[in-house]
Amino acid sequence: MLLNALLFLPLIGFLITLFLPKENADGIRKFALGFSGLLFLLSLGLIGQVLATPGEYVHVTDLEWMSLPKIRYHIGVDGVSLWLVILTTLLTPLAILISFESIGSRIKEYYAFLLLLEFGLIGVFVSLDLFLFYVFWEVSLIPMYFLIGIWGHARRIFAAVKFFIFTMTGSVLMLASIIYLYLKVDTFDSVVILQQLQSGALRLSSTEGLWLFLAFFAAFAIKASLFPLHSWLPDTYSEAPIAGTVMLAAVMAKMGTYGLVRFCLPLFPNAARECASWIAALAVIGIIYGALIALIQPNMKRLVAYSSISHLGFVILGAFSFNQVGLDGAVYQMINHGISTGALFMLVGMLYERRGSLEIQDYGGVATPAPRLAAVFLIVTLASVGLPTLNNFIGEFLVLQGAAMANFSWAVFAAVGVILSACYMLWLYQRLFLGRATEEVAQRMPDLRSREWVALAPLLVLMVWMGIYAQTFLPSISASNARILEQTKVNVDFMVQTPQQTEVADAR
Amino acid sequence: MLDNLWPSSAELIRFMPEIILTLAGVLIMVLEPLTREESKRNLAGIAFAALATAMFAALIAQNNSGYAFHHMLVVDGFGTFFRILVCAVGLLTILLSVAYLEREKHQQGEYYALILFSVTGQCIMATANELIMVFIGIEISSIASYVLAGYLRDDKRSNESAIKYFLLGSFATAFLLYGVSWVYGLTGTTNLDGIRAAILEPNFSSGDSLIGLAAALMAVGFAFKVAAVPFQGWAPDVYQGAPAPISAFMSVGPKAAAFAVFLRVFRTAFAPVSDRWEPIVALVALATMTVGNFAALRQTNIKRLLAYSSIANAGYLLVAVSSRSELGVQAVMFYLAAYVAMTMGAFAIITHFSRQGERFVEIGDLSGLAAKQPVLAGLFTIFALSMIGIPLTAGFFGKFYIFKAALDSHLVWLTVIGLLNSAVAAYYYLQILVVMYMHEPGTAVEEMEPVSGGITITAWVAAVATLVLGIFPDLLLNITSKWTLPPK
Repeated sequence: MLLNALLFLPLIGFLITLFLPKENADGIRKFALGFSGLLFLLSLGLIGQVLATPGEYVHVTDLEWMSLPKIRYHIGVDGVSLWLVILTTLLTPLAILISFESIGSRIKEYYAFLLLLEFGLIGVFVSLDLFLFYVFWEVSLIPMYFLIGIWGHARRIFAAVKFFIFTMTGSVLMLASIIYLYLKVDTFDSVVILQQLQSGALRLSSTEGLWLFLAFFAAFAIKASLFPLHSWLPDTYSEAPIAGTVMLAAVMAKMGTYGLVRFCLPLFPNAARECASWIAALAVIGIIYGALIALIQPNMKRLVAYSSISHLGFVILGAFSFNQVGLDGAVYQMINHGISTGALFMLVGMLYERRGSLEIQDYGGVATPAPRLAAVFLIVTLASVGLPTLNNFIGEFLVLQGAAMANFSWAVFAAVGVILSACYMLWLYQRLFLGRATEEVAQRMPDLRSREWVALAPLLVLMVWMGIYAQTFLPSISASNARILEQTKVNVDFMVQTPQQTEVADAR
Repeated sequence: MLDNLWPSSAELIRFMPEIILTLAGVLIMVLEPLTREESKRNLAGIAFAALATAMFAALIAQNNSGYAFHHMLVVDGFGTFFRILVCAVGLLTILLSVAYLEREKHQQGEYYALILFSVTGQCIMATANELIMVFIGIEISSIASYVLAGYLRDDKRSNESAIKYFLLGSFATAFLLYGVSWVYGLTGTTNLDGIRAAILEPNFSSGDSLIGLAAALMAVGFAFKVAAVPFQGWAPDVYQGAPAPISAFMSVGPKAAAFAVFLRVFRTAFAPVSDRWEPIVALVALATMTVGNFAALRQTNIKRLLAYSSIANAGYLLVAVSSRSELGVQAVMFYLAAYVAMTMGAFAIITHFSRQGERFVEIGDLSGLAAKQPVLAGLFTIFALSMIGIPLTAGFFGKFYIFKAALDSHLVWLTVIGLLNSAVAAYYYLQILVVMYMHEPGTAVEEMEPVSGGITITAWVAAVATLVLGIFPDLLLNITSKWTLPPK
């Protein structure tokens, strides 16, 4: 019941917002913020049951949506999806909060679309029926398309259309694959399909499995911007309005990586294992490539966008290392990336609001007029480069460990990416905040306002919390991952080398 | 002997929709000169009532289903579905037309009579069980629509549209008729079941290759009617030149009826040779959707854009026609119903937006519509998203069933290319959303007139239908699965 409410309340909020009077801009903002804030509190209620029964789906609702074809309304959360749902419900009010001043036109539609986006995103993370998943996957695309296209920067229309077409191309391939599976097993319910795979009632030939896997993988890899399917990402991230970028980077990119972990690996274990080395190679290329391009970006929003390509490469690398540690790292890193890149984009947006420019060369010495802003930016930068005691360290460490267990050379190359991330981030920090403040910077740089503090504080707290006490999050993630990993071992025709279980505590 | 010729009452009931429509059409023609100029719009009321009654009569006929007139017609679920569908198209067209004709100062009774005659022809097509009836139905439907396309006599484009449609249409019908005569020569009958029986005769093998040619000739005729490649060239010019409500009518009504005939003839009479024509239809489907979608990318006129999109949609439908799966027929039925909803809705908005003399029909004219007229833009968005095939709209489930049918009959390559095509299509539908939402308001959206009642009703009915079919498709699917063509 709780999960159903959480899923449909954003839709109701969207409809209410549409009927609010257009003139009362302040009322709309407050309504959107209050409503999404309540949703966040509501989503915290999910945690208890997930922690109590690790590895199981809880808050499950399984109803028939239609009989012909057999589509079920089957939703539930486990340790993997829970944290992504909470990430969504947390970042939506924050995205609303940081838009109060930057969005001045067509306010009603703006907040309505943000709530519709939340509906789509929560739906993606809780759907257990493949068809339902596809529905939400596409539904989340529409509000984001409008957010980019209406409220974005100069080249927003180009970016919006590119984003839409890229995603659509991937997702129609996934749809073909979903229909094919349905015709084989007569159900869209992923839980049932996995049971049939487990029991051997459903066997896919290796060619079938490979093509179905690739079709799913295409959709997810585009969304997670795996090299070489990443070209939409810098354009989209840099042209979207700041709240749109935050939602894109922090949550929507996770749709792709979540899909990989939730569906690609367990549904097509053979094909996934066969392709693993290729995919890992692409992920490593993405890690290094993204970092190198980020190094030379003159535009800070594009810089953070390219750094996202690099970070998402870690997630994919972890997922395809096929061991507990790597998978845990991948999922943990999804949340980390959501928090630290979300915060980074928010800060970029705050700088932009003050100075009106995204070019790094227009800044310099910002630390003098705005020391608190500089301090927060430094913390986020350090989190992003993987400083121990902050969140990204744990995720990256687990991923690298998992990758090393699968193939040591992957870990070596990926580690280069970690070093490069320190280079571009610290260099960015230096160019933005250190040195002498020019006249323009000094005049236009008020320090953090209380509204901005409110938006950043939860993320800062989480960065430290997730960096110091991963025990809150990891056990539930591990339990779900263990189940997924177990599912990837069925019908494997060749020997699988299972590395020893590594205790989570060790990893810390 | 004479007793046999006189139709029984059951047969008359089965034919009642056509009788009602014809009588009402004639009545309007008679009343037209007797009606004063300012009350001519009341004639639309007669036409509306006739179509509504005909829909009802089609349901009664379904309860008395069976053959009529010596197996010339067959009233079955499949026929009834299409009868109701084309009557619904007629109803919506009339709702669009009243205000349109008022605006263009062409309010005349003939217009409504011609719509009734055209719908009559389509009803006959839906129930024809005999190649001669197919031909008669197509002719009744087409001749009325030729006149309708050129209805704005003083408008050059409208004239061009009518002439093009007429010349190419007659040419295509000639092919069809030629094919019919071949079939008759080869099998000695024009009855669909008779043809099928004749082909299945063991000693028919001598005519085996010739029947393929005959089928191909007939397929040319049908391909023209549904605007399939390579017979699609007429559609953009005709749709662009015709009055907007008539473009709407032509892109759904005759097309739906033509698909009904296509399916019935090829899935009944030519079913025994299906492995010969299915691959060809599949190739035509591929070419049609690709040509339609890629040509649409460069259009700037909304009516032309929708013409190309209707070509692409015909391609999707042909995918379902070419799939051997039983689901194929149902998929065609569902998709056409969805297509009726979204196309009539989109044209309703274009009819309103274009204003007197259809001045504003460029995509650019829609600039900033969302800021000035959020409801109108919102409705158009629903139709565009449905045409792209976004879930929770009717268009999505239409495509879904079509490609499910195609995969069911192992047409994997066709499915993949078809689905990728819909990603291409997304681009040009998105352009409409781009200008409506993301451009600054232009001059065309400044002075909007109030929306007339008929157009409002059409747009809202279409939007509700698009969403309801998108969320609860099994409402319609339960009907199509009951009323599908019996497998042969």
